[in-house]
Amino acid sequence: MIDVEGLTRFYGEKRAISDVSFHVKKGEILGMLGPNAAGKTTTMRILTCFMPPTSGKATIDGYDIFSQSLDVRSITGYLPENPPLYMDMSVTEYLNFVCKIKKIDKARRSKVIDTVIEKIALGEVRKSLIGKLSKGFKQRVGLAQALLNSPKIVILDEPTVGLDPKQIIEIRELIKNLRGEHTVILSSHILPEIEQTCERVVIINEGMVVAEDTPENLTNRLKGGERIQLQVEGDKDKIKSALQSVPEIKSMDIKAEANGLNRIVVESEKDIRKQLAKLIVDNGLGLMELSADRFTLEDIFLSLTTKEEEVA
Amino acid sequence: MKESLAIFQKEFKSFFYSPIAYVILAVFTALTGIFFYLYLSSFVEAAFMDMIRSQQYRMAPQRLNVNLMLIRPYFWNIALISLFTLPTITMRLYSEEKRLGTVELLYTTPITPLQIILGKFFAGLAFYIVLLIPTMLFQSLLFVYGEPELMPVLSGYLGLIFLGSAFISAGLFISTTTENQIIAAIGAFALSLLLWVIGWGANFVGPTLGPVFNYISIINHFEDFAQGVIDTSNIAYYLLFSFLGVYLSIKMVESVKWRA
Repeated sequence: MIDVEGLTRFYGEKRAISDVSFHVKKGEILGMLGPNAAGKTTTMRILTCFMPPTSGKATIDGYDIFSQSLDVRSITGYLPENPPLYMDMSVTEYLNFVCKIKKIDKARRSKVIDTVIEKIALGEVRKSLIGKLSKGFKQRVGLAQALLNSPKIVILDEPTVGLDPKQIIEIRELIKNLRGEHTVILSSHILPEIEQTCERVVIINEGMVVAEDTPENLTNRLKGGERIQLQVEGDKDKIKSALQSVPEIKSMDIKAEANGLNRIVVESEKDIRKQLAKLIVDNGLGLMELSADRFTLEDIFLSLTTKEEEVA
Repeated sequence: MKESLAIFQKEFKSFFYSPIAYVILAVFTALTGIFFYLYLSSFVEAAFMDMIRSQQYRMAPQRLNVNLMLIRPYFWNIALISLFTLPTITMRLYSEEKRLGTVELLYTTPITPLQIILGKFFAGLAFYIVLLIPTMLFQSLLFVYGEPELMPVLSGYLGLIFLGSAFISAGLFISTTTENQIIAAIGAFALSLLLWVIGWGANFVGPTLGPVFNYISIINHFEDFAQGVIDTSNIAYYLLFSFLGVYLSIKMVESVKWRA
């Protein structure tokens, strides 16, 4: 559905993105993850025909973003980082205006608007002035605008930034509901968001794609070994000497907590939870907690982006 | 062209959503009203003096020409007030979109720069015509109490609309270059004023450049309209001017997409 080949964009001398390539299948939700200023917005702006790339090529549903820009624009919906709203219009007035510039027939307009208002749950504010709405509702109006006329491709630039936790959950639910019907690209620098909503992740750092895979595969890829967390009651040195007798442990980290408890993180080659539990009990220490700690996307993200820094 | 109409409607409505429009309307009406009152008073005074003089010397009173003594200088006056007012209309036309970030909406929907700019240009022109309505009411009083010629009045308004469209196209162009409304207003005013006064310099630049300066000067082409003469060369000048302004604005909007 979306094929991006070697996109590069310069801002003057500064290279914003270089050789960005990825593919998105129909009906998929792709997450674009990266720290701020990594090139996510630039990539999205190129895909939405806001600006052309310096070099490289991208097609959306077979249309070239450069030579068939009007076709591309009529099948995409875009929500920029700051929702493009006219503060002095009411919600319906605004959606009506967007319908007009998106060339939606007059006959279908009110139906299209009603559908979107229902989908995004904007019913209660449809007559309110946009300038008077809360940040969360403004974001929803922006999303509604992007979804008018159900575009094949929906591109959302940091859709949950600046919202409160309840609003974030609501927007995420809305995005999840787009799956199947629309092909979605979503950018974020917040990891749980991508983990929860996306089927595939592209990690961008300093303008380059550093990884592209499903969240699960990315997690497995980094999961060279096991990481086990323990909470143990007892003397710190005693715990340390006890644990040192286990040959499988690659590294450990012991931190004292309140009430004589210690938080221990152990990395090993195999799952050694059973042995650890026995060892601690045999040494007369109190085992309060023991859990296998999976690598999260956050670890991958950090490892990939910090590695990148070391190279540079 | 449906898309241009959408932009036109949005823009024209948004004038009336903001308090600026009402301030402009009030100030423009007040200024043109005061000047109309002053011109009318001095005309009435001149007419009285003439009546007294004719009684003293036992002559038939002169028939003072309203068109020549009142309407013609009044049109010049409206043109001058427009020079100061129009930059405040054009300043937000495009820079507001840049400031709000709504250019991202306009550029990523299937609407072309031509459609955007045409919609905005005509919205500005329509608002200017709204501004002129009170002055039409003032002048209609002259028809109630006197017998001025109608044609010079109509041609005067035609001239004002052409002059306004030239100012608006220049202001719109300046507005596409910045997201700051104050800069857009000052820039538009400076450009309009320069085009107004360039004719004054014509006498000092020699025989080759002189006629060129005179031709470029935006107000020289207004003179005929104010006198009731509709000359196609003047119409051509204003059309060409507006076309150029609109064309440059479109190019400016397109170039923003290209700037690396």
